[in-house]
Amino acid sequence: MSELFLIAINAVLIENYVLVRTIGCCPFLGVSKRTETAVGMGMAVIFTMTLSSGITWAVNKYILVQFELEYMRTVAFILVIATLVQFVEMALKKIMPALYSALGIYLPLITTNCAVLGAALDGVTKNYNFIESVVFGMTAAVGFALAIVLFSGVRERTAGNDIPAAFRGFPFALISASLLALAFTGFSGLSLPL
Amino acid sequence: MMEQETTPKLSSVLLNGIVFENPVFVQLLGMCPTLATSSSVKNALGMGLSATAVLICSNIAISALRKLIPDKVRIAAYIIVIAGFVTAVDLLLQAFFEELSKSLGVFIPLIVVNCIILARAEAFASKNGVLPSAVDGLGMGLGFTLALLLLGSIREILGSGSWFGIQLFGDSFKPMLTMATTTGGFLVLGFLIAGVQALSARLRKGEKAHE
Repeated sequence: MSELFLIAINAVLIENYVLVRTIGCCPFLGVSKRTETAVGMGMAVIFTMTLSSGITWAVNKYILVQFELEYMRTVAFILVIATLVQFVEMALKKIMPALYSALGIYLPLITTNCAVLGAALDGVTKNYNFIESVVFGMTAAVGFALAIVLFSGVRERTAGNDIPAAFRGFPFALISASLLALAFTGFSGLSLPL
Repeated sequence: MMEQETTPKLSSVLLNGIVFENPVFVQLLGMCPTLATSSSVKNALGMGLSATAVLICSNIAISALRKLIPDKVRIAAYIIVIAGFVTAVDLLLQAFFEELSKSLGVFIPLIVVNCIILARAEAFASKNGVLPSAVDGLGMGLGFTLALLLLGSIREILGSGSWFGIQLFGDSFKPMLTMATTTGGFLVLGFLIAGVQALSARLRKGEKAHE
């Protein structure tokens, strides 16, 4: 149990995907203008990444390793993720229309979110078992959601600020993100007995 | 103009990718590998050239297959084509450049979800012939590589006082370690893009003054 807790703390704070490892930066910079959309994106990513890390673990163990097809890992994983996203979209539409309309266009965008593929590949490199993989995938996604929601707050507060013309828009967002990342480097001081 | 099946001028296609529509500084695509692999010049060059190779190959393949791929499943088809080439590059790096492959780590397979490559497949290769698509891949790839090299040079010189692993300063130089971390990546990229925006605003003003 304590092992799982350590994996979680590590994934959310110390090796935060966006702010420490820079995986998943496109949606982080792209859909963080408003907190509402950031929360939607965060939820969609948590949902998909939890599912995908479980499924890719099984695909890796029972198909790729079994038939010595490890070199096909990237192709297999991206296929699984793309199909999964499509299925999640259809299932949510049928079962939970409210959540579906709340997540809206963010669901299909997740296919090209590198955090999803990154977590699946990381889980394999770190030799996690099934439960550990799922916990790792979920908490890495929680870390992503935490970062994007915090960042959207910063961007909302600074939206009307008078800044030099050249820095308006994207450069200013990047510099805010840099300060947020600086805050997260503080967590690297935590040493976990992993 | 690009939509038609006419052959665009190859030199302008090439220049477009490197300067006018630079994927990193102008189109603002491919931020993850840009930030993650630009902490040193060596990694930046490795990532830039790997992505360029994938970009050229996938552009050629997709352009050649553009009339065969059904419209509805085109994105999935593009991703499979790209994933195939990425796997090839990954295996080649593991075989011949083991050290580089280790230091780039997960970012090599993550080229699959690099938005620059999918964006070029969708915006250019699916509408143009094989030769212009290959040139477009080369131009965009070189633009990406040059952007990474610029960012990597600044970060490596400030962050560890070296360039391509060669020490530049004496022992009295205290490197800004922050520059090699994510914080430095975001910061330097922010300032570079601000510079590009300022430059293009000035150019536009100059054009207006001429009229």
